[in-house]
Amino acid sequence: MTDQTTPGGPASPEGPIQSSAADLQLDHDDLAMMPFEEQLHSPRLPRQVPVWLGAAALVVGAGLLSIGAGIALSIVAAWLTFALSLSIVSRIREGARKSKDRLATLLVTTAFVVALLPLVALLWQVFSKGAPVVDSTFLTSSMRNVVGEGGGIYHALWGTVLVTAMATVMSVPIGLLTAIYLVEYSNGRLGRAITFLVDVMTGIPSIVAGLFAYALFAIFFGPGVRMGFGGAVALSVLMIPLVVRSGEEMLKLVPHDLREASYALGVPKWRTISKVVMPTALAGIVTGITIAIARVIGETAPLLIICGATDSTNFNLFSGRMMTLPVYIFNQYKNPGIPASASVDRAWGAAFVLTVIVMALSLVARLVSHYFSPKTRA
Amino acid sequence: MTQTEYQSRRTNVAKSIDVSDLNIYYGSFLAVEGVTLPIAARSVTALIGPSGCGKSTFLRSLNRMHEVIPGARVQGKIIIDGRDLYDADVDPVEVRRKIGMVFQRPNPFPTMTIADNVIAGVRLNGKRISKADAAERVERSLRGANLWGEVKDRLNRPGASLSGGQQQRLCIARAIAVEPQVLLMDEPCSALDPISTSAIEDLIHELKENYTIAIVTHNMQQASRVSDTTAFFNIAGVGKPGHLIEYGSTAKMFSNPDNPATEAYISGRFG
Repeated sequence: MTDQTTPGGPASPEGPIQSSAADLQLDHDDLAMMPFEEQLHSPRLPRQVPVWLGAAALVVGAGLLSIGAGIALSIVAAWLTFALSLSIVSRIREGARKSKDRLATLLVTTAFVVALLPLVALLWQVFSKGAPVVDSTFLTSSMRNVVGEGGGIYHALWGTVLVTAMATVMSVPIGLLTAIYLVEYSNGRLGRAITFLVDVMTGIPSIVAGLFAYALFAIFFGPGVRMGFGGAVALSVLMIPLVVRSGEEMLKLVPHDLREASYALGVPKWRTISKVVMPTALAGIVTGITIAIARVIGETAPLLIICGATDSTNFNLFSGRMMTLPVYIFNQYKNPGIPASASVDRAWGAAFVLTVIVMALSLVARLVSHYFSPKTRA
Repeated sequence: MTQTEYQSRRTNVAKSIDVSDLNIYYGSFLAVEGVTLPIAARSVTALIGPSGCGKSTFLRSLNRMHEVIPGARVQGKIIIDGRDLYDADVDPVEVRRKIGMVFQRPNPFPTMTIADNVIAGVRLNGKRISKADAAERVERSLRGANLWGEVKDRLNRPGASLSGGQQQRLCIARAIAVEPQVLLMDEPCSALDPISTSAIEDLIHELKENYTIAIVTHNMQQASRVSDTTAFFNIAGVGKPGHLIEYGSTAKMFSNPDNPATEAYISGRFG
């Protein structure tokens, strides 16, 4: 790229690039006196240089490790060696601006890797410990009459599916209609009050949602009530603000032009919203709902309070205790059988299944937003 | 189907509009004051004037579109077909079915195909329409908007896949598909290149055989090319209401206007 010259220009392809390092420390006065074509060229580090410096830094790290320094110290030392040597070499050869650019790029990349580390470590842990546990017996048997090895997550899987589905069925209409009200209808105090309350709801600790559901159901069914539906109510309290927020953002993204185009055709407001605004925002709304589901499906505390824990399968949301995956994990870890290792294995297996469900939901959200987005090409 | 057949099949009758003493407010702010303007049927009326003088506001009040903005209201009379548009028992939705509008920026519905966009006004209103009727109406409207030849082989492609000029003609097809009596155009060519602009100006010439057209434009040449009547709006200063300075036949307005401000604006001595 730097080798290109204007046709007929005075600079040869070998011009300033190949000249010695001393010539390359130019200030503005020098630049101003140079022909225009030469100003466009500036020296660059050969591509291999960062690679060599990286290798040198690795050698430094390995050396420290071999003389008995800790892993953390070696990594930090190697990183510092690389960062310092690269910015110094770059400053000498390329000038201050590019040196800063290289340093900033390195910092940003490092931050990205550091942010990624816990996620990768977590996934690796869950997959390596959980995946071997999962087999057909694990997925199809409950914990009824199991104290030692064997047993599975059948009852907890169904509990999670039923409770989360019920919570979704309750939250989505309420959340979406609230979002539609906020974006399309509200002007003034009521809208601001709702927005404020939704913000407050977003911050409610999940255990409080569980206590709320328990207190609510205790009014009707007496103290000590346990039922799956209560868990769904608790999850709804957590889910509604998420649906409202994401729905609101998505509806706001629909250009006002489209609403006006629809009104100008003599289409009433409710049809404009249901036939023009909602379909345009559909992909984003569905993605938001899916993310909200993924967020509440792993809730433990509220379900522990209102759904309780059980070893048996219960398909009835309105009566009796109902096991869910997060509570199952907690229970296996807290109250292990004999041998305890079997319970811990089951906890990892359930954690693996829960993680896979959440990842599958994210994938579904991706697919939905891909297939439902407004298209510009056929 | 030829153009004349297309015209003979139209059942709606173009209507004239009589505006008298119209004041338009946004909340307590008086945006346009004291407009009295007859808009003749089967003709093109151009609304010209500097930015912010209330041309678009006035145009939007003609089909009650300005009510979409919270706090906007109107005093005065707009008589069409012997009835005041702003009578208490007039439904703004019905008004907009009779008085169509084309906007400054092309705004086809992104979720719909070209064909669905054209009959959106019918479908969105929940009217049942047979496939044959729908196809016939799509073709008639697209021919009316001079777009049929360019899109007839790709009616099922998304509306957003067309070029800007084609999208604007698609929007015009969508507006005439509901067979309005009046067509309002708010700077329909300002986002388009000269070739698309010329196509739309030709279209306006053809449409005025059947429709009453009011068009807002910043382009003096365009106003003189397409319109029969020109109305000049002006504003005394920022924060003051816009006024209709004068109106008259386009030929007179562009050659010998009564008001010196009109001449100054048209000749480009004042923007």
